[in-house]
Amino acid sequence: MVERRPLLNVLQHAVLILGAALFVFPIYLAFVASTHTAQEVNSGIPLLPGAEMLSNYAQVLGEGISTAGAPPLWLMLMNSTVMALSITIGKIAISLLSAFAIVYFRFPFRLLAFWTIFITLMLPVEVRILPTYEVVAQLGMLNSYAGLSIPLIASATATFLFRQFFMTVPDELTEAARIDGAGPMKFFRDILLPLSRTNIAALFVILFIYGWNQYLWPLLVTTDESYYTIVMGIQRMANAGEETPQWHLIMATAILALLPPVVVILGMQRLFVRGLVEVEK
Amino acid sequence: MKKVTFRHRWLPYLLVAPQIAITLVFFIWPASQALYQSVLRQDAFGLKTEFVGLANFAKLFNDPLYLESFVTTVTYSAMVAGLSMGVALVLAVMADRVVRQATTYRTLLIWPYAVAPAVAGVLWWFLFNPTVGIAAYALDAMGYDWNHYQDGGDAMMLIVIAAAWRQVSYNFLFFLAGLQAIPRSLTEAAAIDGAGPLKRFWTIQLPLLSPTAFFLLVVNVVYAFFETFGIVHATTSGGPGNDTVILVYKVWRDAFEGLNLGSSAAQSVILMGIVIALTAIQFRYIERKVEY
Repeated sequence: MVERRPLLNVLQHAVLILGAALFVFPIYLAFVASTHTAQEVNSGIPLLPGAEMLSNYAQVLGEGISTAGAPPLWLMLMNSTVMALSITIGKIAISLLSAFAIVYFRFPFRLLAFWTIFITLMLPVEVRILPTYEVVAQLGMLNSYAGLSIPLIASATATFLFRQFFMTVPDELTEAARIDGAGPMKFFRDILLPLSRTNIAALFVILFIYGWNQYLWPLLVTTDESYYTIVMGIQRMANAGEETPQWHLIMATAILALLPPVVVILGMQRLFVRGLVEVEK
Repeated sequence: MKKVTFRHRWLPYLLVAPQIAITLVFFIWPASQALYQSVLRQDAFGLKTEFVGLANFAKLFNDPLYLESFVTTVTYSAMVAGLSMGVALVLAVMADRVVRQATTYRTLLIWPYAVAPAVAGVLWWFLFNPTVGIAAYALDAMGYDWNHYQDGGDAMMLIVIAAAWRQVSYNFLFFLAGLQAIPRSLTEAAAIDGAGPLKRFWTIQLPLLSPTAFFLLVVNVVYAFFETFGIVHATTSGGPGNDTVILVYKVWRDAFEGLNLGSSAAQSVILMGIVIALTAIQFRYIERKVEY
């Protein structure tokens, strides 16, 4: 800080605390609502947690919201986990391999391969929903984990990140490996992979959150409720029929849906910030 | 360009094969299908198709509903970008001044990024629910009768707040990084010359932040345009009337509920054009920044 201005210091802490409160407040209220009975929530929401927490969470995890025709939450949480992990691991794996090929080999059609991958940067799934859906339907991948994850696996950003990083690996390492008689795959496994560890971890955090938070895609490819993910399932619960929404259960679902990615972000804050800045640039 | 490379006849092809295969099947092919379908007219059962040239596009630009959705989307993204960037800038400037507890505040402020847009939508939907929501109750006490089920302006505010709420943390991180990259000596010199904090902000920090702000503007517009489908779908469903039908929502609705394939494909193509333009702007900016 450049100079002393006690009043300004008080003001800035006040603004920051207010900002943090604005972020926490909706979650706090959702949590409070999830610990009361339906009657208590509907007759003016209380501001302090109630006594029904265990029974509400046990109910959504075990049975789901019966009137909404949605499966129990444990199943949706599992589907979300499978989907997020498949997307994350799949993306990292294919990006590592293709970046390695593009940086460490000279082969015909190398540039064509590069541009084919590059162009996907410009085509988010939202702008080609229907034809992509048709392809997945024709391949018989509706209502399957493959249909949920594979179409979202190809992405240029991860490939570019690894390409960028591989370019900074000194040539001497490659030469030394070659002189020692190591083939390309041995070099990849024993030198390049260990060097990429932090990049992989940072990307893992970003991609896990990306995969977990998918909404439109699972909404399209799953009609069988045993493949619902929690982020899309919450909408089915909230818009169930004509009756009053069961807010206490919906909010319990919301809390469970946002907990895993938030825990990941807070636990790996340093990696997350690093990953975010690198992925975007 | 690497000087030292490996030689192998087929290995490189094997290595790029998985990514190229997925890209061709799930990106290039569907995108070209969208282009192709956009010049066809197909009846709802897919029995008959005919080539209609640019008629689908011409029809769109004469359709008041589509034009209305365009205006809605532009207004909506401007409000989301403005609100989330404004709040983030204020918070980042404050956090930058607090040298010691900056990481604590960063921890408190970044996690909403992890909340899915759809979940953020449901949270705010609950807060603003006319019968049980505490925010609606507070507004009511102040004499404002909030009802996003009937009032289009209220519904728009609801999705703007939900979308911006989640995006603030992202903008905050980039603004904070940008502020911390400004050399201390610059601010100190200005302070010695007698410039107060407000003047320093206007004459030093804000101009130096403008590349970051421009980058964020593009990112936020892309976010509002393409990633907030979940917020609209989970809360207002485009209503009341068509007041919150943003373009991505309309593509989805025309394709999967209206079964109007030609029109939906033409809309997809227009959206592709918008993403490509925005991405190109982003890249040019990044290139310039690298030189700089």
